[in-house]
Amino acid sequence: MILVLVETDAQGATLVSREALTFARETAARLGDQPVHAAVVAPLEESMATLVMKQLGEQGVAVVHTADDERLTTYAAAAHAAAVVDAVRAEQARMLVAAGTPRGNEVLAHVATRLEVAMAANVVAVDSVEPLVVTRQVLGGSALEEMRLDDAVAVLSVAGHACDPEPAEVPTAPERLGYTPSVTDQDLVARVARTEVTVVDDTAALTGARVVVGAGRGAGGPDGFKDLLELTELLGGALGVSRVVTSLGWRPHHEQVGQTGSRIAPDLYVPCGISGAIQHWAGCQSAKTILAINTDRDAPMVTKAHYAVIGDLHEIVPAINEELRRRK
Amino acid sequence: MANVLVCVKRVPDTAGEVLLSADGLSVDARHVGYTVSPHEECAVELATQVAEATGGRATVLSVGSEDAVEQLRNALAVGCADGVLVEADADLLGPADVAAAVAGVVREREAGGLSYDLVLLGNDAADTGDFQVPVRLAYALGRPVLTGISTCEVQDDRLLARGDGPDGTEVFELPLPAVVAVMEGGVSPRYPSIPGRMKAKRAPVETVALTAARQGSGRVRLKLPPSQPSSVEILGEGPEAAPAVVDLLTRIGVVGR
Amino acid sequence: MGRVPDAARVVVIGAGIVGNSLAYHLARLGWRDIVQIDKGPLPNPGGSTGHASNFIFPVDHSREMTDLTADSVRQYKELGVFTESGGFEVARTEARMQELRRRMSSAKAWGIESQLVTPEQVAERVPYLDPSVIIGAFWTPSVGVVDSLRAGTLMRERAQELGALQVVSTVEVVGLDVERGRIRRVRTTGGDIEADTVLIACGVWSPKLAAMAGASIPLTPAVHQMISVGPVPQLADTVGEISFPIIRDMDTFCYERQHGGDLEVGSYAHRPILHDPEDIPSIDQAKLSPTEMPFTADDFDPQLEQALELMPDVLGNPAVEIRYAINGLLSLTPDGYPILGETPEVKGLWSAAAVWVKEGPGVGRAVAEWMTHGNPEYDLHQSDVARFYPAQRTRAHVKARTSESFNKTYGIVHPSEQWASNRDVRLSPMHQSERGLDAVFFETVGWERPFWYESNAGLLGEYGDAVMPREAEWDSRWWSPIINAEHLAMRERAGLVDLTAFAIFDVVGPRAMEAVQGVVVAQVDVAPGRVVYTSVLDERGGIRADLTIMRLAEEHYRVVTGGITGNIDRTWFADHLPADGGAQVVDQTSAWTTVGLWGPRARDILGSVTNADVAHEAFPFGRCRRIEVGPVSVIASRISYVGELGWELYAPMEQGARLWDLVREAGAPYGLVPVGIGVYGTTGRLEKGYRAHGAELDTERTIVEAGMMRPKVKDADFVGREAYLKQRENEPQAVLCTLTVDDHTSADGTQRYMLGGEPVVTPDGRPLVDGHGRRSYVTSAGSAPSLGKHLLMAYLPPAEAVVGTKLAVDYMEERYPVTVAAADATPLFDPENHRIRG
Repeated sequence: MILVLVETDAQGATLVSREALTFARETAARLGDQPVHAAVVAPLEESMATLVMKQLGEQGVAVVHTADDERLTTYAAAAHAAAVVDAVRAEQARMLVAAGTPRGNEVLAHVATRLEVAMAANVVAVDSVEPLVVTRQVLGGSALEEMRLDDAVAVLSVAGHACDPEPAEVPTAPERLGYTPSVTDQDLVARVARTEVTVVDDTAALTGARVVVGAGRGAGGPDGFKDLLELTELLGGALGVSRVVTSLGWRPHHEQVGQTGSRIAPDLYVPCGISGAIQHWAGCQSAKTILAINTDRDAPMVTKAHYAVIGDLHEIVPAINEELRRRK
Repeated sequence: MANVLVCVKRVPDTAGEVLLSADGLSVDARHVGYTVSPHEECAVELATQVAEATGGRATVLSVGSEDAVEQLRNALAVGCADGVLVEADADLLGPADVAAAVAGVVREREAGGLSYDLVLLGNDAADTGDFQVPVRLAYALGRPVLTGISTCEVQDDRLLARGDGPDGTEVFELPLPAVVAVMEGGVSPRYPSIPGRMKAKRAPVETVALTAARQGSGRVRLKLPPSQPSSVEILGEGPEAAPAVVDLLTRIGVVGR
Repeated sequence: MGRVPDAARVVVIGAGIVGNSLAYHLARLGWRDIVQIDKGPLPNPGGSTGHASNFIFPVDHSREMTDLTADSVRQYKELGVFTESGGFEVARTEARMQELRRRMSSAKAWGIESQLVTPEQVAERVPYLDPSVIIGAFWTPSVGVVDSLRAGTLMRERAQELGALQVVSTVEVVGLDVERGRIRRVRTTGGDIEADTVLIACGVWSPKLAAMAGASIPLTPAVHQMISVGPVPQLADTVGEISFPIIRDMDTFCYERQHGGDLEVGSYAHRPILHDPEDIPSIDQAKLSPTEMPFTADDFDPQLEQALELMPDVLGNPAVEIRYAINGLLSLTPDGYPILGETPEVKGLWSAAAVWVKEGPGVGRAVAEWMTHGNPEYDLHQSDVARFYPAQRTRAHVKARTSESFNKTYGIVHPSEQWASNRDVRLSPMHQSERGLDAVFFETVGWERPFWYESNAGLLGEYGDAVMPREAEWDSRWWSPIINAEHLAMRERAGLVDLTAFAIFDVVGPRAMEAVQGVVVAQVDVAPGRVVYTSVLDERGGIRADLTIMRLAEEHYRVVTGGITGNIDRTWFADHLPADGGAQVVDQTSAWTTVGLWGPRARDILGSVTNADVAHEAFPFGRCRRIEVGPVSVIASRISYVGELGWELYAPMEQGARLWDLVREAGAPYGLVPVGIGVYGTTGRLEKGYRAHGAELDTERTIVEAGMMRPKVKDADFVGREAYLKQRENEPQAVLCTLTVDDHTSADGTQRYMLGGEPVVTPDGRPLVDGHGRRSYVTSAGSAPSLGKHLLMAYLPPAEAVVGTKLAVDYMEERYPVTVAAADATPLFDPENHRIRG
């Protein structure tokens, strides 16, 4: 049996948990049609529980283990782990799978420690089942490791987007097995006391910005940022610059993006006149979308970007500003 | 007064393309050098802040080869008072081994009269990404553990910590001693100053041997993912591309919301 | 990735400061269809230009390097990317103060404004420097910083505006195709380019590129460590990149340079860290850029401590953080000079490598001129790629010498200082015998040459004060009065000199005469058995070489030239052979050894070991012939570079030891002494007014200026003839003179002896400037023991070039009176040349 720890949000089972379920189902098939069970540890409203049961049925889950303990409503990794361990032990699971989220990895680490077994984080593939060898992401995804898992229970998390959440060919009507987990007071010591809505302050404006307009040597000089700042304002973002710009004293150091500056992860990054040296790339590679503006079609920033406009930023940026104002 | 032990791992700097060693068991870092993860840089900063705020001592520890003294010195240069190197080939160790090694040092120092109220680690190692050493260490020491923490401070005997959760900033309050895994973003690690570097050169670094039994990492080999070809879409050339740009901005929801 | 065109007139590989400058200057000089490629992105493709500290101190002891730097500064200024900051080279020790005084000599000689200042004067301009740490400084107001990346972009743009240049970035060279010794094609990841001229301007990668064509560019990538600290409160309110002078802390081999609100500290003090060109990471593999290697803090820590002493307020501030630290790669060569010119191995393949930002544009112009006209305006013989012999191109040699030279970057290097590493590579056949005579060996292009023999120390007593002993340590470093004693013994009796380091090559074939005739100035249509001393000119009439030629047979000439220039000279001859293959150049350097036997008793000695008739009538001056010396078959050539009766005796290399021993034995009854190169290269020739290539003679000088004009010019055409004829018709712009030092007494009473390179000035200290705009300086200096004088050679403005004119020479910041003793090639010793013809 393969047990999958399922996380939920307002839409039911999370996308990554459903990816983990698909991953588990495919692995179970290779292990000789093993059943897939799910564990839902956090207490659910009844309507949500119905939705989740349906989603898990679509994923071909045979049994859903739901922990019945109000103390689990507030997240505490050790307590959640205690509940998962109960399910693993009760069903003698051969494999425990979770999504490679911060919580998924944290709870699995607790479980693996309690079970005294190894754990593989951020797995992308099962290479062989006998012996069990998995491939997982290391070095932040820039390399892969083949890892052998020899313990009685294989504990692994599945890297986000390692597979698509495909529904099972034959949907099931999963059995729901409620149980009372053996959570101790000690397991509840490290728990969330309260949750505050995040407020982005000024100093974190760059690292927390949803849009960052980048400027490099192409700005031309300390006076070359007027249009770029206007674009930044029109997009409600922050300005980030390359090292050369701060080195030349054109802009202050705290605006630097890169190895020696800030690392940003905005929804949109618009590097203008930045060639894209690796040290800069290190700071901006987490941007969801990159739109490069550069005179050189072959500049690394352009080839690595999702979108690009070729030309002089001093001509293009004012035109974009104009277009933005016009459409507003 | 809170004494803090902060753990760092000497890892290849992966800013560039990764090169593997000939046997495929490790990373060839000769072009990029070694560093510690940004999480650990923040952990060192927090350790220094907590020690400064409470009048305690910050000790930096690493499990690795003697070359890892470089990483210890870097932490000593930004405020840690002393260092401990558990000498071992880190590539052969799994997270349980590393946790046991750190626990061994904590216990030994405690027996010697120095107890660490707080052990800080990076959320996950930049190379192996196991996400386990802090948790396994906490169990070995019988202490509570938090992961994904951005900031923390010690008030009396209690730890106040914050980290990003799915619904906002999560606040934790727990009694010391505790183990905390730090995620970057809450503090800016300071760069060393020249007096700091000088101090680091003179700071004591104790080397201890690895005694715990080895469970290993289960590593069979490393491999590289297939490279991604450029998939850039050229929206146009010169100012005429402006409408296409704004169309894109609208499409991805950056404007016109 | 870019695509390259199918063909080009010239391909410039590399888009650092050198490649960009070359592309521009080639375009300016009329080249079109230039294709420039680089494997990296623009404007910073990831080479050494991208992380250069970009500051320029103009004064160097080498005139060649100073010229290239000065020209570069002019170009940077013209491009608008130069910011003048001024610069101090500070001294912490008395030895360094002496070096700074010597630097003043070089500054004056090359015409650069500099000044020695007190610690307090430094602190006035650099308030964050602790003046109590230093004892003085060398101030050069024209020191400045440049934006070398911007300069490169501007130069590319200018070439593009001329319609001359196509730039393709992000294509990597994978092969260089050579056909029949000529470059044909550049193969790249973006396609192949046909081209018969290709320029390698690839900095630290150049050796790898050259090897693709089977050529050699012997440089090594080496680490220069640099950190950047900030924010510095003392620099917070300054505008722009730099407003405080740059400090070179010479005794600690470090520099401190403002960069906006930050201070950069760089070092040449750490252990030499060399890399192999093949091991430099690719752009993708590198952390920052391929030439910005991971910083190794342990190597830098000692320098931090020293920097902290000098600037405690800035660097001791805990709020001033180390923001950026790299092991930057730069190019080092075995002798410290760039590697420029057409590779001797592959025609059409040019090198412009081992060039730093401070000389980049100057090198670009010079090499472009060289490629266009065959000659750069400045003489570049020290940087010529052809200067390296095979042993000097080996990786072992390059690594040994660059390891040794790295710490000399800011070191105090005596002009005669010898290398310690990789010695005993080229040994003459008499080397063992010379060791037995306690020879002190100096190295020339790998050869170990006795400079003097300690076994001759007994002669010191014989000659007393006539050996002109030197009191000052600096003046007598790498020197011995035994040299002068050997000189006197040779003039009195006879001396035997090991001349194995000569470069020797034959020109043979049915058109050999024509070939040689077309290269050299002197008439070589002479009978076999004649020896001809001649200059070799370039097309502009500059002196390219200075050598002797023996006509051994109708179709057989043997050229003998100095070891230093031998490889360059042979390449020059080979490049000027008739196209039909009617003459060939054959290197004989490793086949023949040479010993020189000179002095009044030379004939007696040679006569006692040979049956050949060596009487003057039978064997006159300027003749050569085969004679037997015991069992050794020798070519004897009756010429002299020391002004004495005697012969150069050429023997097959393996018989050299026997020849040496035979002559020494035969000479013993006549008082023959072994004589070192100290006599041959300096004292003997200076007394005779003989010029040396590389000192008095180079491509910037003419036969007329050097005072070596013969009454007639041969009718046969030769390279430079037209220019030479023109030169003869005009008044010279400068005249080579020999001067005597009238008084050696320094302010503290010590007798001082100039070593060369010092400025020659008017008695009241004003500089002398010749018709080329060059200042007068000492080209050679040395004892003239037979005259009891210290002699200097210098090119003077014609007005001063009059025998008897009183002038002065500046040495170590003191002025010494000198007198013009010869205003042409007239020897001061034996002016009628009786001895040679005796």
